[in-house]
Amino acid sequence: MSAGNANSLTSSGQQSIEEVSHPLSAEESVLSSPDTANAAISLAEKDLSLLNGTPVDTSSPASSSSLVNRLQLDDDLNGETHDLFVSVDDPKKHVSTMETYITYRVTTKTTRTEFDLPEYSLRRRYQDFDWLRNKLEESQPTHLVPPLPEKFVMKGVVDRFSEEFVETRRKALDKFLKRVADHPVLSFNENFNVFLTAKDLNSYKKQGLALLTKMSESVKNVTGGYKLRSRPLEFAAMLDYLDVFTQKLGTIDRIAQRIIKEQSEYLMELRDYGPLYSSWAAFEGELQKPLKSVSECVTSCATALEELTDDMSEDFLPVLREYVLYIESMKNVLKKRDQVQAEYEAKLEAIVVRKEEKIGVPMDVEKCQDRMECFNADLKADWERWQNNKRQDFRQLLTGMAEKNIQYYEKCLAAWDTIIPLLQKKEDMNVDTN
Amino acid sequence: MTSEKESRVPIMAEGSCLLRKMEISVAEAEKRTGKNAVNMQETYTVYLIETRPADSVTEGHNPVPDSLWRRYSEFELLRNYLLVTYPFIVIPPLPEKRAEFVWHKLSADNMDPDFVERRRIGLENFLLRVASHPVLSSDKIFFLFLTEENGWKEAVFETGFLAKSDSRLKALNATFRVKNPDKRFSELKHYSDELQSVTSQLLRVRARVADRLYGVYKVHGNYGRVFSEWSAIEKEMGDGLQSAGHHMDAYAASVDDILEEEEHYADQLKEYLFYAEAVKAVCRKHELLQYELETASQDLASKKQQQEELAAGTVRTFSFKGMTSKLFGQETPEQREAKLKVLEEQIKEGEEELQKEFVKNAWKDIERFKEQKDHDLREALMSYAVMQISMCKKGIQVWTNAKECFSKM
Repeated sequence: MSAGNANSLTSSGQQSIEEVSHPLSAEESVLSSPDTANAAISLAEKDLSLLNGTPVDTSSPASSSSLVNRLQLDDDLNGETHDLFVSVDDPKKHVSTMETYITYRVTTKTTRTEFDLPEYSLRRRYQDFDWLRNKLEESQPTHLVPPLPEKFVMKGVVDRFSEEFVETRRKALDKFLKRVADHPVLSFNENFNVFLTAKDLNSYKKQGLALLTKMSESVKNVTGGYKLRSRPLEFAAMLDYLDVFTQKLGTIDRIAQRIIKEQSEYLMELRDYGPLYSSWAAFEGELQKPLKSVSECVTSCATALEELTDDMSEDFLPVLREYVLYIESMKNVLKKRDQVQAEYEAKLEAIVVRKEEKIGVPMDVEKCQDRMECFNADLKADWERWQNNKRQDFRQLLTGMAEKNIQYYEKCLAAWDTIIPLLQKKEDMNVDTN
Repeated sequence: MTSEKESRVPIMAEGSCLLRKMEISVAEAEKRTGKNAVNMQETYTVYLIETRPADSVTEGHNPVPDSLWRRYSEFELLRNYLLVTYPFIVIPPLPEKRAEFVWHKLSADNMDPDFVERRRIGLENFLLRVASHPVLSSDKIFFLFLTEENGWKEAVFETGFLAKSDSRLKALNATFRVKNPDKRFSELKHYSDELQSVTSQLLRVRARVADRLYGVYKVHGNYGRVFSEWSAIEKEMGDGLQSAGHHMDAYAASVDDILEEEEHYADQLKEYLFYAEAVKAVCRKHELLQYELETASQDLASKKQQQEELAAGTVRTFSFKGMTSKLFGQETPEQREAKLKVLEEQIKEGEEELQKEFVKNAWKDIERFKEQKDHDLREALMSYAVMQISMCKKGIQVWTNAKECFSKM
């Protein structure tokens, strides 16, 4: 575990993975996190010290209660829990004989003690983000990992190196990283730390020492194929919600695309329309100035429209699509949860059927139950978190869309307002201007 | 109503102008059915022309106007009469016979109520233009058109204008070339061609622009429905979404009024598209007169030449006239001279007619027309700009409302 550039978690020394406590296990978190949630955590500690008195190393300390408290603090934008700031910017093209690719600058600012330095700045490429996401999903299967922008783009259709594409991707990567940084569990993940700090990420990747927690290992080993008896209402409701929500997002996406199309065609006609007034002005005398000014006005409006349409394509649609991916991730997590529950139920039933071992409940079943309950708790917490973020994100997205439209109309209004005095005849001041 | 009419009175109106004495309006339109010339049932629209002395509406008096019904074909007849009778005047055009430059939502059907309404306005505009014209407004036939429902047609035909019209049309349709074209008229014709071309292009593209604008607005209406459906599965976000959706519906609906208003602008452009044709008609008439004059001059020149030849005894070129005079007896030189003198007189008169009457009057009216055109089109552009401003303000309002709803999500 204390390999190469791994830092901060040095106390574990040379131990086998099984013995290593989860970096976020109850004991450690007491040391590392600024302790506004301390009371809650100790409570959680107590809760988790069940079963055989063994030190709890399966669940994350940020389980239901503590997480709830944290969430409440997170809602306050000035809350102290924001001790890790990340950003993705400055895309640059790299050309080598083998390939051409883009890197992004990843900047970290933090006061957390898991980090050796308060600031980091290094370059990462999409592959690295992809690696990080896979690692997070592997190591935190009970949590919802934010989505990445699409990996593959059709080479003929989209220019991977165009400014618009790169900028759209950068924004999505920035969002991804920020979401991870804001997550009370994911942000403490070792892989995340390495991603933000390691100078040579590739060699780290090659080492392949996955920091699997007991939980993740066990979840990985959940055999599928167990049939779920009945899904608890709250999770069923989540799935229903996600289904409808996906539908609505799809509809909104189609509408937005349609609007962009209509606006583009409108733009094309305007580009024909404006110059006609100019050609008319060319053979007029007194009307020359008014006609020319109308021509310029129409052209200004066309430019404003183009800006509006570009914004919709570059900002609005990608965010919508990202949420569709988010929903897919969420659904997968829900599926995993179902599997965990199904396994538990099956094993429990098996015992009842076999009427074995009246000496307490076997470890196996207890473990399953643990797993399920922790999963449920994590998921519920993440769901709440996700709902809140979704609300914020869409509020921002839609107000942004409205704002862009307002700006478009304001630009046009200004253009037409300017030419009103040019259209007025000097002698004739009785013109009715609404 | 009156302020509209006043704005249509041209700035310079010389002489007595009918509009000063009489209020004119095309108040209504109605559908009628009847038998046409070939005894077949047809449906057509008639328009109610109302007239009233200009000073009759004062201090509480509001007398009932005189009125009569006319259909479009009668307006056409009136205009054709004016065209023939005043060839040196730019005759105001009628609204289009069939709907052209339509964008998809606009009906091309002559019976469509919106089309009929716009036509009613166009016909009224036509009457007001004629009534405010310094020359046309004093025409008797025009006056009868406004006041005599029956017997008007007979009166028109009695003027014998049809005879002139036929020959005129024939001449105008024939291709002829003038040797020394009047520069002013050539330039004017060229200008009219350009005006026609640009206004028809403008009208076509504007119709396409209107179509596209309609599409953009209407698609936003779909947001209304989906936000509503989405709000059903949300808790805190629901209200904001729902109300924003309503604003999107309002936005989509607002385009109908916007585009209806813009049709008035299109109609103003159309009027000048047709006016360009009227200017061309004056130019052609001038060309025809000049051509006739040139032909007459040529005739005179060849006759003079003949006389010389006959006098000198040499017949250089064969001429049919020369032959007939040989066949039917030679004229005395005195007789010939007299004939030539008459021809000279005729040509001189023709020249005078051309120069004095036609060109002077035509050019006077053309100047009047130019001022009117500049004034009207400037106004049209102004009202178009005002429409655009209004549309922008409405857009800002709706999106600001929507933004507020979103921010409360």
